[in-house]
Amino acid sequence: MPESFTIAVFSENKAGLLQRVTSSFTRRKINIESLTVSESEVPGIHRYTIVVDSLDEDGVIKVCAALEKQVDVQKAFYYRDTDIVYREIALYKVRSDSMTEGSPALAIVDKHHARILSVEPEFTVIQKTGRREQTAALFDELEPYGILEFVRSGRVAISRPMKELKTYLEELAVASTH
Amino acid sequence: MSTSTKPKAKEKPTTERITGAEAVVRCLIAEGVDVMFGYPGGAIMPVYDELYKYQKDIHHVLVRHEQGATHMAQGFARASGRVGVALATSGPGATNLITGVADAMIDSTPMVCITGQVPKHLLGSDAFQETDVMGISIPVSKWGFQITDASEIPEVFAKAFYVAKAGRPGPVVIDITKNAQFGEFDFSYEKCTSISTYVPRPILDEAKLKEAAELINNAKKPYILFGQGVILSEAEAELKALVEKTGIPSAWTIMGLSAMDTDHPLNVGMLGMHGNYGPNVNINECDVMIAIGMRFDDRVTGNLEKFAKQAKVIHIEIDRAEIDKNVKTDVAIHGDAKEAMATLLPMLNENKHESWLQEFKDCDKVEFEKVIDAECNPTTDEMTMGETIKELNKITGGNAIIVTDVGQHQMVACRYADFRQTKSNITSGGLGTMGFGLPAAIGAKLGAPERDVICVVGDGGIQMTIEELGVILQTDVHVKILLLNNEFLGMVRQWQQLFFDKRYASTEMVNPNFQLIAEAYSIKCNKIDQRKDLVGALTEMMETDGAYLLEVMVGKENNVFPMVPAGAAVADIKLEP
Ligand SMILES: Cc1ncc(C[n+]2csc(CCOP(=O)(O)OP(=O)(O)O)c2C)c(N)n1
Repeated sequence: MPESFTIAVFSENKAGLLQRVTSSFTRRKINIESLTVSESEVPGIHRYTIVVDSLDEDGVIKVCAALEKQVDVQKAFYYRDTDIVYREIALYKVRSDSMTEGSPALAIVDKHHARILSVEPEFTVIQKTGRREQTAALFDELEPYGILEFVRSGRVAISRPMKELKTYLEELAVASTH
Repeated sequence: MSTSTKPKAKEKPTTERITGAEAVVRCLIAEGVDVMFGYPGGAIMPVYDELYKYQKDIHHVLVRHEQGATHMAQGFARASGRVGVALATSGPGATNLITGVADAMIDSTPMVCITGQVPKHLLGSDAFQETDVMGISIPVSKWGFQITDASEIPEVFAKAFYVAKAGRPGPVVIDITKNAQFGEFDFSYEKCTSISTYVPRPILDEAKLKEAAELINNAKKPYILFGQGVILSEAEAELKALVEKTGIPSAWTIMGLSAMDTDHPLNVGMLGMHGNYGPNVNINECDVMIAIGMRFDDRVTGNLEKFAKQAKVIHIEIDRAEIDKNVKTDVAIHGDAKEAMATLLPMLNENKHESWLQEFKDCDKVEFEKVIDAECNPTTDEMTMGETIKELNKITGGNAIIVTDVGQHQMVACRYADFRQTKSNITSGGLGTMGFGLPAAIGAKLGAPERDVICVVGDGGIQMTIEELGVILQTDVHVKILLLNNEFLGMVRQWQQLFFDKRYASTEMVNPNFQLIAEAYSIKCNKIDQRKDLVGALTEMMETDGAYLLEVMVGKENNVFPMVPAGAAVADIKLEP
């Protein structure tokens, strides 16, 4: 049964690596729901956060093994939603004249604990951080008042287990000279 | 890049100011390369200029098509156990390498491919002969790097040779922009001995080995399946010791051929779609399966739902991603085959499995009566591929390197050729690349000059890379070419006969006069279509000093059996149509 999994891939940031990572998915015709690349807490190590929702656990294990076998990839972990704390960030551009004091649209923004990020004469940018359903719910409610532009980031996630990446990397460095 | 964790030597290594192009050649020499295969062109000319200067150190073999260079490098690597090197220019030169890179990837062959590239400032401008080599090769290579500055050369080359050979071997692609070939820098070279992100030899889990030993010691019908991993880790002696101590019947995959003697009493034969009968059906009879350095390819397993479901499976494998990929293991031993078997051996009891072995022999009898006898001792007028290989065995004594192309002749050669030395079977197993045979044989001969190298090839496949006869001419490579001509793309025709109601769509070949072609390249040749001439012709081929092409006309519509139809269970292997 397919589930949603968040995969964290750690590697040095090298040209071509993104293609090696994505081709591990594309060659198996696995659709990537979202992909975020950023630094990690370890200097020089980048972190790819990838969400897939068409795999069962056996499938995600195989993809992680294929990722980890890449020469430049240090580690690949997979998590269920309950194993991580995660967020996405969404931005909404609406007409400023629909956001006047006491307007229903503004009430919606308040109700969703969203932030007004920027107010310009013509348009206003609203920011909502949360899980997918939460940013989507705000979208649905604002839509009748006109959304001029919408963007949502990929998922970023922090894992619950306490073992640090540093420790994994130390173990790997020892094993690499065996 | 921080690749080497090795402590640096106290004194600074001496440096010399040289160009990137010279550095490329110096790196190759430092890695022990003395033969390489390539084809020049604009974007790689500075390197060729250096190869001219260093021609005493490196023998550069001028191929006729870059695909040939990769297959030669592969043949060289498989016969010698060393890293094969191929060199090409940018654009079309580079794209022509890709088939060989993909082939080396799936068959775990250590190879370093070097391509020229347009100067850095032209990257991405659709310059003349620019192509995104990294982008094309990444999905089919073990590792790759684009060098845009001369100073990167030593470290990248050191890493490339290390990666190609370390752990599960594979192809590496190095793309070098022209400005990096011209650029000068202070050269020094240090070999790479480890990379902090890569574990070539996983640390064995003692507990797992004990678990495996326990299973093996208590097994009634244990069965070993071994693959190329045994050859790649040079574990032939360990395998032999383990098999002989435990008395376990052992079967090889196509890539594992020659890791053991063909006529070892415990070698029960070949696995796979056209493998032997006993090895296939007994997959579903064994109680403990010990898979060593093999990857359960679908051509070996057939329908996974009906593969060894009754057995406990032990899998000894260096590549973590292969474990549990196709067949679920009960005991996974993630590690080097040689190390794993050496550690396992003292834990195993001496044993014999006579009645279990007899089950294989009973199957052999059936297979002999239904298939082998007719194939190898035919009473028909037409010659068969099987009898040709059997007669060849008598002459070589199983001591030749057999290189095959892809098709019926490949399956027949792998089924019937005798092997008495390791690294003697060179074939395109995973990718099934037609056109592999001839260039791979040339590479194999250069990798093992002291050995006889015989290329068994079909009339279809030889024409895919027939231009490499030019290498035999120019470089005087003494390979023997055994062309089994059935005037068909035989293997495809066989499928058309069995599964497409004999509709022979585009498989009949109108062939050129291969004798004239061989003569044009000054290669001695002969053609026979009578059984009475077979032994004499084979003997003459082997006794002739130099290259030779022997064309044997075989039955046009012969089939290779047994056969596990695609997607069927191994137990449903067919002995006849
Ligand atoms: C590059 C490539 N193209 C197509 C195929 C499909 N194919 C597999 S076997 C075969 C026929 C080979 O014919 P031939 O070389 O005459 O050998 P035979 O089977 O007759 O021994 C073909 C076309 C392939 N394996 N490789």
